[in-house]
Amino acid sequence: MLTQETTYQVSKQDRRFVGAHLLVAISALSVGSLFGPLQAFEWSGLDLYGLLEPIGLGDYYKGLTIHGVLNALVWTTFFITGFLTLVMIAGLKRPLRYPGLNRAGFYTMVVGLVMAAIPILTGAASVLYTFYPPLQASWAFYLGLTLVVVGSWIEGYGFYLTMAEWRRDNPGTRSPFIVLAALITMVMWQFATLGIAVEILTMLLPAALATISWVPSWLTRSGTDPELGRTLFWFTGHPLVYFWLLPAYLSWYGMLPKQAGGKLFSDTLARLAFWLFLLLSIPVGFHHQFADPGVPVGWKYIHSILTYGVAFPSMLTLFTVVASLEYAARKRGGQGLLGWIRALPWGNPVVSAQLLAGILFMFGGIGGITNASYSVNLVIHNTAWIPGHFHLTVASAVTLSFFGISYWLIPYVTGKPLWKAKWASVVNWTWFVGMMIFSNAMHVLGLLGAPRRTKLGEAPYVPDEWSGHLFRMSLGGAILLVGVALFVIIAARTAFQKERFAEGEGVEFPIAISMRDPQLTPLWLDRFKPWLIATVVLIVVAYGPQLLEQFGNASYNSPPISP
Amino acid sequence: MTEPHLEETPSFEADPYERKWIVVSLVLLIAFMVTVTIAGFALGFQVPGDETRVDPRTVADSGPWNEPGLRDRGNGEYDAYVIARQYLFDPRTITVPVGSSVTFYLTSIDVQHGFKLQNTNVNMQVVPGEVSRLTVEFDEAGEFDYICNEFCGAGHAAMFGSVVVEADTGGA
Repeated sequence: MLTQETTYQVSKQDRRFVGAHLLVAISALSVGSLFGPLQAFEWSGLDLYGLLEPIGLGDYYKGLTIHGVLNALVWTTFFITGFLTLVMIAGLKRPLRYPGLNRAGFYTMVVGLVMAAIPILTGAASVLYTFYPPLQASWAFYLGLTLVVVGSWIEGYGFYLTMAEWRRDNPGTRSPFIVLAALITMVMWQFATLGIAVEILTMLLPAALATISWVPSWLTRSGTDPELGRTLFWFTGHPLVYFWLLPAYLSWYGMLPKQAGGKLFSDTLARLAFWLFLLLSIPVGFHHQFADPGVPVGWKYIHSILTYGVAFPSMLTLFTVVASLEYAARKRGGQGLLGWIRALPWGNPVVSAQLLAGILFMFGGIGGITNASYSVNLVIHNTAWIPGHFHLTVASAVTLSFFGISYWLIPYVTGKPLWKAKWASVVNWTWFVGMMIFSNAMHVLGLLGAPRRTKLGEAPYVPDEWSGHLFRMSLGGAILLVGVALFVIIAARTAFQKERFAEGEGVEFPIAISMRDPQLTPLWLDRFKPWLIATVVLIVVAYGPQLLEQFGNASYNSPPISP
Repeated sequence: MTEPHLEETPSFEADPYERKWIVVSLVLLIAFMVTVTIAGFALGFQVPGDETRVDPRTVADSGPWNEPGLRDRGNGEYDAYVIARQYLFDPRTITVPVGSSVTFYLTSIDVQHGFKLQNTNVNMQVVPGEVSRLTVEFDEAGEFDYICNEFCGAGHAAMFGSVVVEADTGGA
């Protein structure tokens, strides 16, 4: 092997810094997840919001906003920035170039989170996590979200500067795959978030600031252009999904093969998949707007086709990850066409979480193809199918993988052994079973026409034929609540227990070795420049004309309305 | 750091099975693309497109939006102008004879709404400042609810209306 095998000790401060990310992430998950089952129960006729009224959380849509913001935005973003920080440090075997910069980024995110949380909890931001204008939230909500995003950008800059230094010191050496994957994830995120940055800074924040009397009028707007807002939101909204997913892919490609006892099947194809995600994640946003007025059918069609394009690197991933796992299983004595699957180390919760996440994601991927399919999309747009779908992606492929990562990551950063590994396996299977039931019911309800994000127990149009599926959905929700509660207990007990690893024991940072030497991967798969240029060109081609059109014809004449 | 020396030159190399998988993936995705293209353009499964823009503050003051409801264009063709607002559709009920072809025009005068005509493929985002349009043919008698499927505020769940398709073909 050409890579250095010297062990690098990640410093105590850096471990604590990563741990701080995880603390915020898991805290957010533990609060946000409580509202999921409440929604499911309400749909099936059991309205428990009255019990929450005394503590000011009796509003369904406030709870739904909390669920979406904490689970989909906070849990993911904090976990990802923390995890990727460790990947950078342990992958490059060196500390961050400017640790103060990354800490500044993290604290910016925390300040933003607190700032956004206050209006959400006081009911001044019950606009759900898509905050479509002209629904109006408090200015603090928009500013808080902006700070969370800007903080994550700053942490990304810290990664780039660290990488630049590593490149200088290691000319001609291929970057470690996991590090490249972390960087691509961050670069993609920084391109993608330009959409909501523009939406918030030019439209939503100025309209929200108009409610404060002392803000000068040149900083404010009397209204918004809702369709322009949607286009900008979905510029970010779809690649956001890949920002969640790519760190899970990083683990599936770069860590899981090692954890399963094997090697990465192809370093070359792994890198190619990540570059294709950078290239194709962004110019596909109109597939969230097939049902919109104000976007010509031609652009919708082009984005539909490009969305099939982004399915391609997921297909590559399916092959490479399964091939890596098969190699590991056969090395462990697995036999038969599919019998090798049983030889995988299912007893290891780190592995089983990721395997089950991958299985759920296959269903999610198939549903995603449906969503991308232009006219077929009208059958499921804004129905329960959509949350059914993204509970298989962000709440399964991503969240269950992050559970699996946590089982080694928390011990790694705290120096304390995982509390009750057997119970961690129970979490994984509970989540898997609960999600199968929940998401299947949601998909069926969507096909029957049930709307998403609606307090359905109050809706006068619910036919009897939905009731069985509504019950299944709330059953799934209850099982998921047990799963996530157990996960949070395990995470907390692990982190806050007194017991520590004995001297010489501990968790190894998992890096899967590639079967073929990474130095044999062609140079163009380790260079940013050509891919960045191609990404910008494709965004300009696929989004430029319609964005110019919508900005050119923008009328900011929709007065803000508080929900 | 010295340059690592290699026994081979770097190259793009994929396993034979992997190559086959790549081909299968591409064929599958291209088949999807072709199917969608045929459905969308040759078979005419429509999605809403770009219509005229309106001013949400004044749109309800002048025609056709000052009198929402049905317009008979003859030959069993109708235009239905529907205004969406918190938390109702205006009109609440639309009655047409079976066999009608109805083109729905929707706009919102406050926040975003949705318009899903249950058991059909009509599903539109309703956005202030824009007009959404889709056509549907009612070949069976019965009642079809249209529901708001975009969150529009506290009373969102109550927002719906219905198309009554009458079996009676006599008269007219």
